Amino acid sequence: MNNRYSRQELFSPIGKGGQERIFNKHVLIIGAGALGSGCAEALVRAGIGKLTIVDRDYVEWSNLQRQQLYSEEDAKNRLPKVIAAKNRLLAINSSVAIEAIIADASVLELEDWAKKVNLMIDATDNFETRMILNDVSQKVGIPWIYGACVGSYGISYTIIPEKTPCLSCLVETVPLGGLTCDTAGIISPAVNMVVSYQMSEALKILVGDLDSLRNKLVSFDLWKNQYSAIQVDKLKKVDCPSCGKERSYPFLSFENQTKTAVLCGRDSVQIRPSSQTVRDLEALEQLLAKQGGTVQRNPYLLSYSAPPHRLVVFKDGRVLVHGTKDISEAKAVYHRYLG
Amino acid sequence: MNVLLNGESIQLPEHVVLVSDVLKHYEIHDKVVVVEVNGEILTSVEHQSTRLSDKDKIEIVHFVGGG
Repeated sequence: MNNRYSRQELFSPIGKGGQERIFNKHVLIIGAGALGSGCAEALVRAGIGKLTIVDRDYVEWSNLQRQQLYSEEDAKNRLPKVIAAKNRLLAINSSVAIEAIIADASVLELEDWAKKVNLMIDATDNFETRMILNDVSQKVGIPWIYGACVGSYGISYTIIPEKTPCLSCLVETVPLGGLTCDTAGIISPAVNMVVSYQMSEALKILVGDLDSLRNKLVSFDLWKNQYSAIQVDKLKKVDCPSCGKERSYPFLSFENQTKTAVLCGRDSVQIRPSSQTVRDLEALEQLLAKQGGTVQRNPYLLSYSAPPHRLVVFKDGRVLVHGTKDISEAKAVYHRYLG
Repeated sequence: MNVLLNGESIQLPEHVVLVSDVLKHYEIHDKVVVVEVNGEILTSVEHQSTRLSDKDKIEIVHFVGGG
C-alpha cells in the first residue's frame, strides 16, 4: 500500500477511519459537464470506492475551457463525455470502480441508480432533472447536493431527507427561463467554487460527520465580490408535495416530463423517443449517406451534417439537433431525417 | 435609505420600500429567490408585505440552473 491518501488521513476530521469509510462508499454524479468533471475528479482523487457517472452528451471544443477532464483529442473524436471522463479518471486513480453510463437521467433509471448509492451529486444543467432528482432522493431516502453556476455566480445546497427542506420547498415551482450558459457564459473559477462547496459537503457525508454540514444555502459572485449564506430551515413545508407528510412525488409522474430539452450552453435541442429503442447506427449511416450531407460514426454515436443543422444520433435512440434552440424546428429536422 | 445588501452597503432609491421593490430594482423579480432580512428568512408571500428600514441587512440568493 502506497501513501497516496496520507495527507487526507492527516486531516483529523477524516483520519484513517474516515478514509476507510470513503473507500466503502458509492456516489452517483448526474452530469459530466463542468461541475461533473470537477466533482468526479475530486472524489476519485479522494479515494471513493465506486463512482457512477451519467451523461447524455459528448465532448465539444467549447467544453474545454472549463470541463477539466477533457482534452482536444476527446473533442476531435466527439467522445461521449462519460467515456472520456472514465478514461481520465482511471488514469488518475486506477483503484476506483467507475461506471460510465451514456444516457439521459430519466425517472425510472434515476430511481434504479439511486437505490445503489450513498449520495447523489447534482451536476446537471437544468431544473427538470433536478426536480426529478429531488423527488428520487426523498423517495429512496438518500441525500443529494444541489450545485449550479452561470457567469461568475454560483449556488449550492445540501439536501438531507427527513432533515432539511428539499428543493421543492425552496423553489416551489420549476424556475423557467432565466440565464443559462448560452446567454451569460461561464468562467471556470465559478465552477471550481461550486465544486469545492459540493465536495466539502460530500466528504462530510461520506465520513459520517453530519454535524459539520454547512446547513445553509450558499451563493457567491466572484466577479462582483459578493457572498451570501442563508439558513433556510424555516422554508421546510409540512405540505410539500415532495417531502411533506402527504407527499406525491409529483416530478416522478409521467405528465411532468418533457421529451425534449434545450441544452445549456449549446445551440442544441435533445429529442428522446417515447419508447426505449436501440438504434442500428450502421444501417442509419448507409441510409443517411444517400441523402447527401456528411455522415461520421464512432462506436457510440453517429453525426450527420445537413447545414444549417447537425444531427447526432445515440445508440439509445436519443438525438441532438444542433443549430437551433427552437424545439419545434428541432422536431421538424428530426422527423425529416429520422422518420 | 441605506441598506447592507449581500454584505455591501447600498443606497436605495426612494421608491424602493418593500422587499419586492428591491427585487424589481435589481431586475430579479421574475427569478426564484430566497430573501433574508436581518437574519429572518421570508416566504415568497412576505416579499410583497415586508417594509424595509434604514440599515437593514438583506441577503438575496437567486437560483440558477447551469452546471
